[in-house]
Amino acid sequence: MAFEGLTERLQTAISKLKRKGKVSESDVKEVMREIRLALLEADVNFQVVKDFVKKVRKRAIGSEVLESLTPAQQIVKIVNDELTKVMGSEVSQLNQAPKIPTIIMMVGLQGAGKTTTAGKLALKLKKEQNARPLLIAGDIYRPAAIDQLKILGENIKVPVFSLGTDISPVEIVRQGLEFAQEKKNDYVIIDTAGRLQIDEKLMNELAEIKKLALPNEILLTVDAMTGQNAVDVAKGFNEQLDVTGVVLTKLDGDTRGGAALSIRAVTGKPIKFIGQGEKMTDLDLFYPDRMASRILGMGDMLTLIEKAQQDFDEKKALEVQSKMRENSFDFNDFIDQMEQLQKMGPMEDVIKMIPGMANNPALKNIKVDPKDIEHTKAVVYSMTSKEREDPDLLNPSRRRRIAAGSGRPVQEVNRMIKQFNQMKKMMNKVSKGNFSGMEGMFGKGISGKLAKMSMNSMARKSKKRKLKRLRSKRKRK
Amino acid sequence: MGFFDKLKRAFSGEKKEQQNEDSEKYNKGLEKSRKTFSDKLNELFANFRTVDEDFFDDLEETLIEADVGFDTAVRISDELKQEVKLKNVKSKSEVSQTIIEKLVNLYEIEGQNEDKELHFSEKGLTVFLFVGVNGVGKTTTIGKLAHRYRQEGKKVMLAAGDTFRAGATEQLVEWGRRVDVTVVRGPEKSDPASVVFDAIKKARDDNYDILLVDTAGRLQNKVNLMNELAKISRIITREIPDAPQEILLTLDATTGQNALTQAKQFRDVTHVTGIVLTKLDGTARGGIVLAIRNELHLPVKLVGLGEQMDDLRDFKPEEFVLGLFKGLLDENSES
Repeated sequence: MAFEGLTERLQTAISKLKRKGKVSESDVKEVMREIRLALLEADVNFQVVKDFVKKVRKRAIGSEVLESLTPAQQIVKIVNDELTKVMGSEVSQLNQAPKIPTIIMMVGLQGAGKTTTAGKLALKLKKEQNARPLLIAGDIYRPAAIDQLKILGENIKVPVFSLGTDISPVEIVRQGLEFAQEKKNDYVIIDTAGRLQIDEKLMNELAEIKKLALPNEILLTVDAMTGQNAVDVAKGFNEQLDVTGVVLTKLDGDTRGGAALSIRAVTGKPIKFIGQGEKMTDLDLFYPDRMASRILGMGDMLTLIEKAQQDFDEKKALEVQSKMRENSFDFNDFIDQMEQLQKMGPMEDVIKMIPGMANNPALKNIKVDPKDIEHTKAVVYSMTSKEREDPDLLNPSRRRRIAAGSGRPVQEVNRMIKQFNQMKKMMNKVSKGNFSGMEGMFGKGISGKLAKMSMNSMARKSKKRKLKRLRSKRKRK
Repeated sequence: MGFFDKLKRAFSGEKKEQQNEDSEKYNKGLEKSRKTFSDKLNELFANFRTVDEDFFDDLEETLIEADVGFDTAVRISDELKQEVKLKNVKSKSEVSQTIIEKLVNLYEIEGQNEDKELHFSEKGLTVFLFVGVNGVGKTTTIGKLAHRYRQEGKKVMLAAGDTFRAGATEQLVEWGRRVDVTVVRGPEKSDPASVVFDAIKKARDDNYDILLVDTAGRLQNKVNLMNELAKISRIITREIPDAPQEILLTLDATTGQNALTQAKQFRDVTHVTGIVLTKLDGTARGGIVLAIRNELHLPVKLVGLGEQMDDLRDFKPEEFVLGLFKGLLDENSES
């Protein structure tokens, strides 16, 4: 997951302040240096870093921090505020045309992920708005780029308009738009060839397409791993085409994501989407505030909760809750939870959205092999239904049978049963609202406190929701 | 000091006019990278007033901005701090001299024992495996390289090991058609290792000279995909013990610090023998070449300088650095 290294450095920088009751100007200066280096190391453009540090320093040296009782927390808050500001304070939705079709044009360097994003965006529109998008294949230069779009279109069942590689992209777009007019498509997504922002000939071609198509949205696609160069690229494209938004791709790598911070600051154009995976569904709206808290290691609870709400079958969740309350959390629930978790995406990503987990040293290098979950499931599936409901039945002979049945070593079966028992205990505690045993889990110091703060707020929120549910139930009766 | 002196000598009149057409093109492709690099440093020197804390901050920023790598930047800045204290360096020319000297010497020391040649099998089939993250230009590089070896009259085969991305196989097949070489492909979403196995078998049976193996782009933090890569490399070695003769990591020159992480992680999984640096014709800062050598200890073997078939060149580190610092030394020796 992106941003980890940045998170870590920022936290060490800030935690130095924590030991001090009162903060002097020189303390602040030192922290600012650390923050500066952390941002530079994360590939944030140096000018952006300079401005950022200047702003934070100014606010930090102001009376509000120096005299406050918890200077460290104050600084975290300031950094958080400013980070959010740098990335744009509000969520930007896709521009809409007053009359269909809404025309979207994808531009960017070679290999940034334009074609893949075009496909993902088409699928997203189709799924969320029941739209009928049309993809136009305008990349006539790279070998088989049109094939790639066609295959993508086939997979997501979206029509692709192409005229081969012998006709100029401008002409392809012209005919494609006519075609869309005829078929009454409500969205048209134009894929273009990757090009350098300094390549005049190809940039003119884009300008011509723009003049012809008058797109409502020109999305600059940028690889999140791009270094200092990101700013030049963004500037170049923006000056020549006046882009309307940015898509950051490959954020599921371990990039520190400095590009995310620089681009918005330099071009003033909002980041609209982020691509975080190779599956066609892996395109999300960009939430600056959530990204800021993720960078600061405060976790991205909102996204996690939203993901859970999307994927977690509410009825099933209720059932689990009531079972937990009765202390009858059994293997059936265990496997069910595993499946729900799996639906939310790769484990390591999910874990890192939990507050405090992002820089928990024990989890630092966690690599969850998706197969591990499959193995665990295989073990459970090898139990009889009686065993699943009553885990106490599992004596060594049964365990051996399960091991043979699932094709896993018996040690692994034992380990899994142990994990299950721990989970059962924890579930019990959480459902009673008792976190006492879990304090150490988030580590000590400032990050631990931050994590606990957000954990508590999560618990409060979930309690609130529960009350609401109970109340509405009562009303219905 | 050897290399630094050599550099200086090269500038002081002994310039040999032996530039043929080839190196002219090479120079032109890299012109922008070099320009940005020396521009950045010259800007810093132009604004130089005194040696103080702010100057070191600026120096760090400049170096990082020129993509020399975070660690290298901090190291040079720290070393300079020491030097300033010890030798009482104050004037502008002294400072700039010291910085450039440090950069060059570091580059030279780290580059000893570097092997920038591409290796071929003494007899029989030679296998090159290409790895890297998504969208860096693996397939394009293979196409260009196939073209080069075809020109040299070798019997070349390509293996379409990217069975994952839509259209990737078609892309390689199209390259195969353009440069007229055989491409071995498997069905979509099939096991890439099986495609590679088939290709090796066919290449050996039909006496091919070189097999270039394409793989799907993968982010270095995806465990399963990295394991898949290890498997491919294992299969190749199982079939031909000396192979793959080269495992080339393709890096996009515009990538920032993450390039270093990429190299580290790929090296953990496969025995990467060299780097192909692509997209150097853009506005990428040439400093990345210094970062790669200083922090990775992997030789850059090939560079991509454009979209044409013959825009893939052998990398000449000495010449490159010469060009990189040329503008700097010229200006600062005058001032």
